[in-house]
Amino acid sequence: MQENVQDIQIEAKKLNFIYGEGTAFEQYAIKDVSFKIRRGEFVGIIGHTGSGKSTLIQHLNGLIKATSGELFFNGENIYAPKYDLRLLRQKVGLVFQYPEHQLFEVDVLSDVEFGPRNQKLPETEVEARAKESLELVGLDESFYKKSPFELSGGQKRRVAIAGVLAMNPEVLILDEPTAGLDPKGRDELFDEIIELKKKRNMTVILVSHSMEDVAKYVDRLLVMNKGELVLDGTPKEVFKQYKFLESIGLSAPGITYIVERLKKEGVDLGDDITTIEEARDKILEYIKRKDKNA
Amino acid sequence: MLREITLGQYYPVDSFVHRLDPRTKLFGTMVFIISLFLANSWPGYGLATLFLVIAIGLSKVPVKFMLKGLKAVLVLLIISVSFNLFLTDGEVVFKLWIFKITREGIRISLFMGMRLIFLIVGSSVMTLTTTPNALTDGLEKSMGFLKVIKIPVHEISMMMSIALRFIPILIEETDKIMKAQMARGADFESGNIIQKAKAMVPLLVPLFISAMRRATDLAMAMEARCYHGGEGRTKLKPLKYKKIDIIAYLYYLIYMLICIALVFIFRK
Repeated sequence: MQENVQDIQIEAKKLNFIYGEGTAFEQYAIKDVSFKIRRGEFVGIIGHTGSGKSTLIQHLNGLIKATSGELFFNGENIYAPKYDLRLLRQKVGLVFQYPEHQLFEVDVLSDVEFGPRNQKLPETEVEARAKESLELVGLDESFYKKSPFELSGGQKRRVAIAGVLAMNPEVLILDEPTAGLDPKGRDELFDEIIELKKKRNMTVILVSHSMEDVAKYVDRLLVMNKGELVLDGTPKEVFKQYKFLESIGLSAPGITYIVERLKKEGVDLGDDITTIEEARDKILEYIKRKDKNA
Repeated sequence: MLREITLGQYYPVDSFVHRLDPRTKLFGTMVFIISLFLANSWPGYGLATLFLVIAIGLSKVPVKFMLKGLKAVLVLLIISVSFNLFLTDGEVVFKLWIFKITREGIRISLFMGMRLIFLIVGSSVMTLTTTPNALTDGLEKSMGFLKVIKIPVHEISMMMSIALRFIPILIEETDKIMKAQMARGADFESGNIIQKAKAMVPLLVPLFISAMRRATDLAMAMEARCYHGGEGRTKLKPLKYKKIDIIAYLYYLIYMLICIALVFIFRK
């Protein structure tokens, strides 16, 4: 793909972040991280606990200021003195881990309205946005007047995500959006995110430690280890290096191991399989080929 | 942003003072405070200074951290020193309009200032070298005699250590919720006092709920492990005096004796 300057939405140049600088507790949270994210891309960030994923994404909407380095959003340096960080936070929507812990309003609708109301939009627009966002996450009218505290875990999380969507962000960042959800809730939520991405043509950044999740959905993977960006590529490219992933406490999706094992046993399916569906097709193909030869 | 606040400001290095039993440090702090109030002469304060300098030196904590605590009492310090400086009668050495400074005033205000500074820095030496949990452990053991008069010493110290344990958790939680609301456009800084108070609602409601949730979880976890108060409870790391504690106590004794001797020598 030809790289167009206009296409680059987020660019990080040698970002560093140090916790507790100048004390006995000094520690690098982010070390020399550089990357570019194009408009409309679906990017996954994976890494072991404490690898700096969550710290990194908080840089992207200016909640944390890097100790050194530069960060550009739509070509503008966000650390420039006159840059409006509040505007940036509206454009880069960040959904934190366990976002349901941030709910506070008396009913679902007013909670979702909190974001757009802070944007000082007219009241009709605020309401319209809130309703639209709730619809996007699959919550209908019957939820509007319910207290957010009487909902189930998955519903609460949807309300919280809707709260961020209501600001109409250009970029949506989700930090472990499925942590603590059951498999069904997880799949539903992912499907909704995909749907959302299509409808709004947003750039989506997904932070996760589950390889199965990211392999299925994202176009590109950033792998973090101990605050450093160690791998950057498509899921296929990244999972090929599963030995390296293991050495930093991660693992490739389970299916990669099965394919690898089959190869050892003499069944070569090629080395670009990352999802169960792909493996199924390749195996069927292999069996057909074998039957023909026999 | 909130991460920088440290309560129970423990400074993790390994030193002679760090290795002392918390009771020894509590007692040492008490001895030091008593000596400060006994001191009535320059040699007396000189001795206290020496004691403090040795303690700081042995603790390996940067002096910068020791002095941090002084910021909080700076106003009090200035007020008490200037009151003593200007309002003490005696031999006048300097006079400007209605302000006069006397020889006695200088002496008393200097003593007062030193006493206050030493008090703060002295107790900082203890809190910087002892983890909050060790401190409550030490308090529980030293206050054990109060059980005789039916004071629930164990329960009080358990509550103290839980409260201390929860401070960093709640700070972290506040930081997280604050950021989450800021990501939704909340503004905690600008506006008048009413707007600022209103802006706190999206922070306080989730924080309160999370504190309640954590408290219930903890109570359940404690009950599941059959916690039933201090009766017959043993400790994983029982406090035990070691050789260095005996050395420290001997050192306190010598210090106290010299201190009392100085009081009598320089008595007016």
